[in-house]
Amino acid sequence: MSRSQKIVPREKAFYFFSSIGNYTGVSALSLKEFIEKINEVNVKSLEFHLNRGDFEKWVNDVLQDVELAVDIRRLQRLNLVGEALRNQLVLTVSRRLRRLAT
Amino acid sequence: MKFKNDVAALDATDLRILQALQENARQTYTAIGKGLGMAHSTVYDRIKRMEKQGIVRKYVALVDPDKAGAKTIMAMITVYTDPKVIERVAHKLCEAAEVLEVYTSLSEELQIMAKVVAETQEHLHEFISNSVAPLPGVLRVRTSIVTKKFKEEQFSIADPGRANVYKRNV
Repeated sequence: MSRSQKIVPREKAFYFFSSIGNYTGVSALSLKEFIEKINEVNVKSLEFHLNRGDFEKWVNDVLQDVELAVDIRRLQRLNLVGEALRNQLVLTVSRRLRRLAT
Repeated sequence: MKFKNDVAALDATDLRILQALQENARQTYTAIGKGLGMAHSTVYDRIKRMEKQGIVRKYVALVDPDKAGAKTIMAMITVYTDPKVIERVAHKLCEAAEVLEVYTSLSEELQIMAKVVAETQEHLHEFISNSVAPLPGVLRVRTSIVTKKFKEEQFSIADPGRANVYKRNV
């Protein structure tokens, strides 16, 4: 199975939190699902995880996609917030998904 | 000893002994007997019987974690679950060392409430992220970190506000 289609076990999924200990009920088991959930989750959750480096860590450690992890780290340095952050994150992950699919 | 719905009916003497034990569990049978005006053998027999029945579960030291130098934070978590798996999730939470107490409740939604301790906020977050959120049937989790404790007591048999709880058995 290619990296773009890789589905991780439930305990390795990405769980979206809105703040420390507050799980939103939204999770992603694959990169494809990750992008869908980025689109639907409250943007505060995206800000929370990006600032903590959680996206980068999950992509690197669980999906083992170093290239995408680097792209996300770059995004973190831009200090984006709100919908601008969501849009950039979607763009970054979509671009990677397309690259992996070809 | 009478039982009603698996609950032992305690008489006034039992309650007075329990009250004495809750005030100081380290006092001798003789001291309790002296204080209550009864033979130490009566105290002994009744305490042994209540231990056997599980009314007296154990004797523990109440340690103040702050004074003992333990660096911990406490949080109350509310776990919203699929009603079909609430018991299973509650039992899984009970297995975790970080979880001190677990309760289920029915308010607007079926939910589990638990008292959790961790070394830091980061450890607390990791625990919820790695051990609670992934449990099948967990819908979401709400966490409140305790900032200051104003009162913490065990249920007391001697509390005057609960005097009527045992009235029918006495």
